[in-house]
Amino acid sequence: MTQNDAFISIRNVNKFFGKFQAIADVSIDIQHGEFFSLLGSSGCGKTTLLRMLAGFESPTSGEIYIDGQPMSDVPPHHRPVNMVFQSYAIFPHLNVRDNIAYGLRKQKLARAKRYEMVDEMLELIKLPDYGDRKANELSGGQRQRIALARSLILRPKVLLLDEPLGALDKQLREQMQLELRALQKTVGITFVFVTHDQEEALTLSDRIAVMAQGRDLQVDTPTRLYENPVNRDVASFIGTMNFFDGTVSAINDGIAKVDAVGLGEVRAGNVPSGLRPGQSVCLAVRPEKLTVSENAPEAGSNARGLLENAAYLGERSHYYVRVDGVSQPVAVSAQNRQRADGKAEDKRPVWLSWDENAFVVLEDG
Amino acid sequence: MSHTSYIKRPNRPLQFYAALFLIVLYVPVLFLPLFSFNDSVYVRFPLKGFTFQWYVELMDREPVWAALRNSIQVGIATSVFATGLGMFAAKAITRYRIPGKGPLVGFIMLPLVVPGIIFGVALLVLLSRMGISLSLYTVTIGHVIVCLPFAIATMIPRFEGFDPAIEEASADLGENAWWTFWRVTFPMVFPGVLASLLLTFTVSFDEFIMAFFLTGTDPTLPMYIWAQLRFPKEFPSILALASIILVVSFVLVFLGQWINRDAHAAASKK
Repeated sequence: MTQNDAFISIRNVNKFFGKFQAIADVSIDIQHGEFFSLLGSSGCGKTTLLRMLAGFESPTSGEIYIDGQPMSDVPPHHRPVNMVFQSYAIFPHLNVRDNIAYGLRKQKLARAKRYEMVDEMLELIKLPDYGDRKANELSGGQRQRIALARSLILRPKVLLLDEPLGALDKQLREQMQLELRALQKTVGITFVFVTHDQEEALTLSDRIAVMAQGRDLQVDTPTRLYENPVNRDVASFIGTMNFFDGTVSAINDGIAKVDAVGLGEVRAGNVPSGLRPGQSVCLAVRPEKLTVSENAPEAGSNARGLLENAAYLGERSHYYVRVDGVSQPVAVSAQNRQRADGKAEDKRPVWLSWDENAFVVLEDG
Repeated sequence: MSHTSYIKRPNRPLQFYAALFLIVLYVPVLFLPLFSFNDSVYVRFPLKGFTFQWYVELMDREPVWAALRNSIQVGIATSVFATGLGMFAAKAITRYRIPGKGPLVGFIMLPLVVPGIIFGVALLVLLSRMGISLSLYTVTIGHVIVCLPFAIATMIPRFEGFDPAIEEASADLGENAWWTFWRVTFPMVFPGVLASLLLTFTVSFDEFIMAFFLTGTDPTLPMYIWAQLRFPKEFPSILALASIILVVSFVLVFLGQWINRDAHAAASKK
């Protein structure tokens, strides 16, 4: 048994391919019924980890528990998990009905019962009357649904999805995201979802593990990942982030007063427990938490800068402000609540201002 | 158009060369059917008259039928064994990371380039040392060795042509290796298997050198033809027989290629 009540428990797993370490000491717990995403750029080890859950790769060391059972000696065809492959891996020599019914052979059901179950699944994935279609007559989105149905008909404890939306065009992808989320709520199965698309992960997941170079950098809810990233890697992988160097002057009630280069005194949350006054730290702030104005703000924290560049994107604008002592221009994102007059792009001195809780402290100073 | 690039422009010398190549390759062979319809015992121009006589004579000869039966038996056994073995070899070559794969594949393909006479003599020595008397079985053994490279080369593109994730999907859906093979792998490579059966049957059916060394008392068809060459009077019938073999071989190989036609397309699409 595992030490905790997690449904899937990945314990100190390492994986080497020859000398290359694909997975480095990863420990993750996934709860029952959770929509869990593994997020990272290509080569970060997320697919390797998923394939280890499915049983197609085995850990070099460490153990994976599913529903309390250690999985190292369980081959793929005996695991209580099913996978939706990136290429969908629809059997090209079978029609849609036989594809979906493929895994039912061992249950020794009557043909009528089997077809009834298939029809139920076709209903669920909104492709009724598609049973007799050949595999090569299907579009990408349809293949993706068939692959889902083929797995779900076996009522697995866990469904593994390897970038299932990657091959679809943008519109279809957004539609399938919504459907996938609704489907997961309906069937109540634990989903483990691999993606490199941060927006997709934020939209779909209950929790996300951000991975890089075989390590899990942070495992958290989408909100906490975005608002309280633990380090620079997570902060810059999800969304855009501005970074500032500074020195801690005081800490009380979980808020650090930091003397930041170019900004003056800044109050920042998300303070790591080991932080002491006098230490140098890295501060981070999201572009939309900053405001650009032409006149000095009446109240609140602010700093002076030079508007270097601006991009008008319709619903919002991006500003890049040069601040003395900061190497990168500070990115600011603002909603265009007033109708733009086309003059916003001019270079000129501006003020940056922000709310009390805008800044966070990052762990790796 | 004088401005089209040389890449698209038809090349006269090359076309001429291609035509010449085909003529040199096939015209001598075409003399066989030509003279098999000639109303004369002697193979010489001018042709005297058109006749089916030699074909009719052929039908009445019991030894021809016996040799044909022998060849068909050997051909079927050879094609089944060579294709069966070749299928697993092709799967192993395309699917698994084997240390020293390159040299291993080269070794398997060796019978294509090693002179048949060497293999024939070697097998003959080996079999006689082991005290096995020559029969159609020994011919079959020799033919399987000769046909194995053809079988493997025919089926490798089939295995390369499909996504390994399809076999993984079958495992993921609960099937063990045996059932995955029969429910997924075999149906998908089946056109290749069929093509290999046809090709290896044809190779075995036409093979002479191995048969020459390994035949016992029952001759295969090529052996029978060779034995009849001593009798000038029989020659036109032999021409008729050779023409039939030529046509049947061509049809079988063409059929095999046609069945397996999408293998390379599928492989290159990946």
